[in-house]
Amino acid sequence: MSCIRSLVAVSLIASVGFSTAVTAQEMISDTTARKQPLTTWGVQFEEFEYRYSDDDEELGVWNADAFYGTDDFKVRLLTTGEYEIEEQAYETLENQLVGQIPISKFFDAKAGVRFDTPEGPDRTYAVLGVAGLAPQWFEVDANLYVSDEGETSAELDAEYELLLTNYWILAATLDATVAFSEDREIGVGKGLVSTEAGLRLRYDLVDRAFSPYVGVVHEQKYGDTADFAETGGGSTEDWFAVIGARIAF
Amino acid sequence: MKPRFLTGLLSLLMPAMVLAGEYDLTVDRVKIDTGDFVKEGIGYNGASPGPVMRFKEGETVKINVTNNLDEMTSIHWHGLILPFNQDGVPGISFPGIKPGETFTYEFPIQQAGTYWFHSHSGFQEPDGAYGAIVIEPEGREPFRYDREFVVQLTDKHPHSGDRIMRNLKMMPDYYNREQQTVGEFFSDASKNGLMNTVRDRMAWGDMRMMKADVEDLQGFTGLINGKGPDQNWTGLFEPGERIRLRFINSSAMTYFDIRIPGLDMTVVQADGNNVQPVNVDEFRIGVAETYDVIVHPKDEQAYTIFAESMGRSGYARATLAPEEGMEAAVPQLRDPARLTMADMSGMPGMDHGSMAGMDHGGMDMGSSEDMSGMDHSSMEGMDHSNMDSMDHSNMEGMDHGSMTMGKEDKSDPFYAKGSGLMPKAANGGKFLSYADLKAQDPLYEDREPTREIELRLTGNMERYTWSINGVKYEDADPIRLKYGERVRFKFVNETMMTHPMHLHGMWSILDVGAGQWNPIKHTVSVNPGTTVYMETEVDAPGQWAFHCHLSYHAAAGMFRKVIVEGGPDSTQAKTDAIAEDGGEV
Repeated sequence: MSCIRSLVAVSLIASVGFSTAVTAQEMISDTTARKQPLTTWGVQFEEFEYRYSDDDEELGVWNADAFYGTDDFKVRLLTTGEYEIEEQAYETLENQLVGQIPISKFFDAKAGVRFDTPEGPDRTYAVLGVAGLAPQWFEVDANLYVSDEGETSAELDAEYELLLTNYWILAATLDATVAFSEDREIGVGKGLVSTEAGLRLRYDLVDRAFSPYVGVVHEQKYGDTADFAETGGGSTEDWFAVIGARIAF
Repeated sequence: MKPRFLTGLLSLLMPAMVLAGEYDLTVDRVKIDTGDFVKEGIGYNGASPGPVMRFKEGETVKINVTNNLDEMTSIHWHGLILPFNQDGVPGISFPGIKPGETFTYEFPIQQAGTYWFHSHSGFQEPDGAYGAIVIEPEGREPFRYDREFVVQLTDKHPHSGDRIMRNLKMMPDYYNREQQTVGEFFSDASKNGLMNTVRDRMAWGDMRMMKADVEDLQGFTGLINGKGPDQNWTGLFEPGERIRLRFINSSAMTYFDIRIPGLDMTVVQADGNNVQPVNVDEFRIGVAETYDVIVHPKDEQAYTIFAESMGRSGYARATLAPEEGMEAAVPQLRDPARLTMADMSGMPGMDHGSMAGMDHGGMDMGSSEDMSGMDHSSMEGMDHSNMDSMDHSNMEGMDHGSMTMGKEDKSDPFYAKGSGLMPKAANGGKFLSYADLKAQDPLYEDREPTREIELRLTGNMERYTWSINGVKYEDADPIRLKYGERVRFKFVNETMMTHPMHLHGMWSILDVGAGQWNPIKHTVSVNPGTTVYMETEVDAPGQWAFHCHLSYHAAAGMFRKVIVEGGPDSTQAKTDAIAEDGGEV
């Protein structure tokens, strides 16, 4: 049965003009998009919020990144800003442009530049970092900075998301900055500089594209940095109530 | 020489014998209304799904495909045996069909059964470019029916394929809304104890793997023949008739568990090929597979065709009824599927020592009643240190032995022992296994394979990269086969997802341990933590696609080109030339 079937098949092919000679000449190489590295992009505002402090200070704050690239190489723009609404001035404004490559299953290495253009003197830094997913689902982002003044510092960001339900998500964040040398002009002392801890309860309203949240943020300055702040009439510790949205597109 | 003589002889007779059917298909932008949402998509002859193409075995078909889109398109005839340049894969079979162009496919129909067709360009298939193929056999069929329906399933998502791919790349859990929550932690803790639950969560967190990672793409509406659950596609019958249902899973990503409460189903065909009839209560249909079943409703009542997604995030529903408008109860979705450590057992580089420990934790968590009687103390007494040197197969064997606990073993050998995906019939009855599939009339003589090719199915969920042997298609050399050989493919699934592997152009003889009665398929589903073998008689010259049929896995790199070298006449010369060029560039 099977033998007969294949003979019929062969004869059919031969008789209706699908000579293998013709087909062979049409063997082509794959130049379609499928054979190219998949290029993708994304924009994410992890934080886009209004902050109200225990000192009646009002801030507009964002923390966003945009990327473009392939699995093997991405360009990423990270931007963070704190804008004092009453004084109409930036408290901080950081922009980073980094290239990113995978170095392990869960981690990427980053290298690039960071431009700080807040009030006061500008700073440009070289950036070297790793970012990825640590065991137990901690998103971590660790960076080493060397400024154009030669000062070095490091920053560690960690985030953990607790799923109260599949739509109500409690996100805990901790950012810590350490300076290995003093940069008096921008009010940075040696040692642990500052921490920012946040707790935000969000609801995924539109897919994961638009998720409004409320939360609290605690900022603390330490050591010499705290002293510099106090001397300058600033605060060393702030509590904020925040309201905002996480946006991704 | 004998075949050639016969060929000549037959070709003289051919003009009288050949039945030529000519068909027209247009590729169009269409509106798709699922009942839950309306979206723009792609269809054929103005609709998605496209028409049912009805061919006859033995005829030669001519199909004129006109591209009315503003982008390239293509049609792949899924499961059909045909010359490679008619297979419709851009970049492998042919360049594709340009906007405004009409391309004429022409090939002989050498088989019978239920198949389907779809675009092989970009994400046009998930966007709606698919339809059914029914081929009437030359001879008599070994089963009887009075009426037939195509039951074509898909997982229609409000987002376009391009957007889904980008979202998955940006956040791999973008569409996963069945993740474990705080609530589930407490319910597990009250069921299994706090420490066991903490240990379980830590074990999974340590791997950065989610038990809930069963369906990458949730939020779809299951469609049957283009109708959503509320639109309720209905097939009319007269009580007492035998009805042949031609199930086709045209989903981008979704496996469905199908049952018709109140009716036994007799599976008579898988992937277009007759199998020895198997009576089942429920079956799982992998993406791109087809199953033909016969049902025999005797009562004047409606029956629900209920197709629940494997991860239980969605469903499709249709009705068989004696009269329009009649309907039967629609069952509730069962609890979301949860992977177990058994599903992870294929992962390389895992610490076996800790895995053994974890495995028990995972099993404790299982909701399966099979495990409730498990003797924990004896399990803990197991010598974990020895497990480092043990290979997986032994280990699975061990778990298996200790888990079934003397109850009747209903576990499917095509799933890892203790797998969270192990199918179970909703009514406690028979669930179809690959192991039940035996060819009705084997197409090929059984013979020893000439060689084995191992294909590890690999990926990284966090990066949403998918590959074969750790290499994505963009970086891969083609797989070279020799015309006339019989290759044994060994699929080793090292991921935690199920992959429906589809070889174009040649049959996949699935090894179910039945020797010459092994069934032939075009799509072979490989479950997490398992190894599956299939053999292929390399009888089709040219170059072919070979890939995971989950749309976003294929696009992410779980894809290969297969080149069949040699074969009749001058194909040899050309493939040699390609080989000298170093293959594809």
